[in-house]
Amino acid sequence: MSIQGRRGLRVALPFLLPSLLGAALFAILPIIISLLLSITSWTGMSKVKITDGFLRFVAEHSVGWDNFAAILSDQEFWRALSHNLYFIVLYLPLMLLFSLTCALIINAPKRGTGIYRVVYYLPVLTSWVAGSLIWKWLLSPVYGPINNFLSFFGIEGPLWLQSEVWAMPSIVIASIWKDMGFYAMVILGGLKSINIEYYEAARIDGASPLQMFQRITLPLLSSVLFYVTMLSMINAFQLFPQVMVMTKEGNAGPNGATMVMVERIYKYAFRYGKMGYAAAYSWILFVIIMAFTYIQKRGEKRWVNYDV
Amino acid sequence: MKTTKNVLSLVLILVLSILPIFAAGTQEAGKTGVTLKLEQFSGSDATLSGKALRGMIAEFEKQNPTIKVALQTIGYDDYFTQLQSKVVGGNAADVFELNYENFVAYASEGALANITSLLGDTSGFNDTAFKAFNYQGVQYGVPNSFSNVVLFYNKALFDQAGIAYPTETWTWKDIEVASKKIMNLGKNIWGFYRPFSFHEFYKGAAQNGGSLMSADRKTFTVNTAENIEAASMMVGWQKDSKIMPTDADMAGMGDWDLFKSGRLGMIVTGIWAFADFSANCPFEWDITIEPGNVKKATHFFSNSYVVSATSKYPAESAKLAAFLAGSKEATKLRVEASWELPPVTYPEIIESYLSITPPQNREAVFASLDYLVTPPVSIQQAEMTAIIQSYLDQILSGKQSAKVALDACQKELEAKISL
Repeated sequence: MSIQGRRGLRVALPFLLPSLLGAALFAILPIIISLLLSITSWTGMSKVKITDGFLRFVAEHSVGWDNFAAILSDQEFWRALSHNLYFIVLYLPLMLLFSLTCALIINAPKRGTGIYRVVYYLPVLTSWVAGSLIWKWLLSPVYGPINNFLSFFGIEGPLWLQSEVWAMPSIVIASIWKDMGFYAMVILGGLKSINIEYYEAARIDGASPLQMFQRITLPLLSSVLFYVTMLSMINAFQLFPQVMVMTKEGNAGPNGATMVMVERIYKYAFRYGKMGYAAAYSWILFVIIMAFTYIQKRGEKRWVNYDV
Repeated sequence: MKTTKNVLSLVLILVLSILPIFAAGTQEAGKTGVTLKLEQFSGSDATLSGKALRGMIAEFEKQNPTIKVALQTIGYDDYFTQLQSKVVGGNAADVFELNYENFVAYASEGALANITSLLGDTSGFNDTAFKAFNYQGVQYGVPNSFSNVVLFYNKALFDQAGIAYPTETWTWKDIEVASKKIMNLGKNIWGFYRPFSFHEFYKGAAQNGGSLMSADRKTFTVNTAENIEAASMMVGWQKDSKIMPTDADMAGMGDWDLFKSGRLGMIVTGIWAFADFSANCPFEWDITIEPGNVKKATHFFSNSYVVSATSKYPAESAKLAAFLAGSKEATKLRVEASWELPPVTYPEIIESYLSITPPQNREAVFASLDYLVTPPVSIQQAEMTAIIQSYLDQILSGKQSAKVALDACQKELEAKISL
């Protein structure tokens, strides 16, 4: 380290200390602890003190890699993972489509776009619990407005959250409603950064709006779209509150249709008294998310254009 | 040099600002008396039970002027999640409530205080209920209530159909015959309701001569012929004889609401429905012992008060638990609020319980006690229940036959649940 660097650090440290302390206490330490707990049979009920003989506790209750082996050899894990992937397959493309459309509507220089911005962003500010309860009511098979609306056209709506087939799509619909506004704002930022002169030049050359969108907007938006895809995928793997509130909590949805990974982690940790097992489950989820992010990052160069 | 000083002073400020967090735990209780924390789920302010519980606490404080009680009520859905984190954090209330199913898990983890010698005279307690909270010879809790499940029937529908009311001698066959006659009364009128849940299934298995665990509770016996037959017959009420409405038929309506609307002939449910049905059924109804197939079997549910192993005042806490659960003063308030069944044998309390109508046939509540079956219990109770329920759902949805599902269930339980 250079003299200046070391000096800089000495000046910066007092300012960084509060955040560093917080990160160490509330993020880094728990991460290390959860890794150690993942090889134990801790039930979550007996008392463990980090300050007093924690490592001895880990050694005494160690089950080696048994937790990891048990999770990976259990059909239930693969079922939960497949439900996560199914959610992502439905959610990601629809979410991109809707948030991009939203962003384009807001970006158009028309009157009242301010109102649109607020309307689209409101769900983001709503808490998931409140939002889920509203969707539960909207999707109620008999009293719900959605099925009432459908019956107006002679369509008998599905049982939605009570149906094994429709439970996950229902969760997807609610999730898009909730997240659309946030990603639309991110995309809007990307749209605003595109130089207007490109469009003016294209217009002079006689390009149609569709051509301009395909040839200018999309390529120049690719970095933002990449960021949105990656972020929403990571979030999608952590799907949880909407599932807990909207589908029958005790059985993870009708016949386990909405059993997903974080839901399992929660159940094992706080309902089934298997804290060590749940910690191992979290680390497996972490590795999966890492792997998917890495694959995406590898593909980045191929389709992302950074020459704005 | 100056920067070092700055760093030091900043650290000092940080340390000083954190210190009060640790200070809070060291406050001494006043010398004049103690305050006990009580946490529970069964008494809620939405019903009369919350008021009754506050009445009991007031009476206890009157008799024990040096003890104050701080009551905290948590809804059943969140209760056990919160309780677990409090127990782990060493912040469990002095006295808290546990149901029978979760009792073993907490007792075996050493989270509860041994109160065997602190309870005083326990001769007034119902023996079955009292022994339920004994783990490996140690009394860890006192039952505060117990309840069971009976057959409720709508007298008006039976009168209209011109059939005799259910009696103690009825079996599943009689239920089917009567249900069909009731359903002839009109569209959207149903004969019978009994959910295909873990609790109903272990009882249904017993009513068919089976059981989910061996008598010594060392092995699972989920896929025996009796159990498979019981499962097929119970699902058959929805699928074959169609005397019971499906979820789709119910269209979001609850089973109690269906009964209260007067469109359901019979329902198997808990005696905790008495208060609601008395207030909200615009027709006459009564109860009888639940019919079995080859023999009778009835539920046993019980809640208890236990004392935390970390409580600083175990003697006072045990005193409070025993008072709320079994004293004449407290049980009287419990009966008046129709808050389940007090676990005591005092004749005058039992008498006053029986004198409240409806239902006319309140004796059936006590008569049912002769056929009690206790649920299968394991240290991994919640997980075991969830596994069994997931296979029951498979049978109900028609994805697997009762035999295939229960065979797979047996295998999964053997692999995951240690007995």
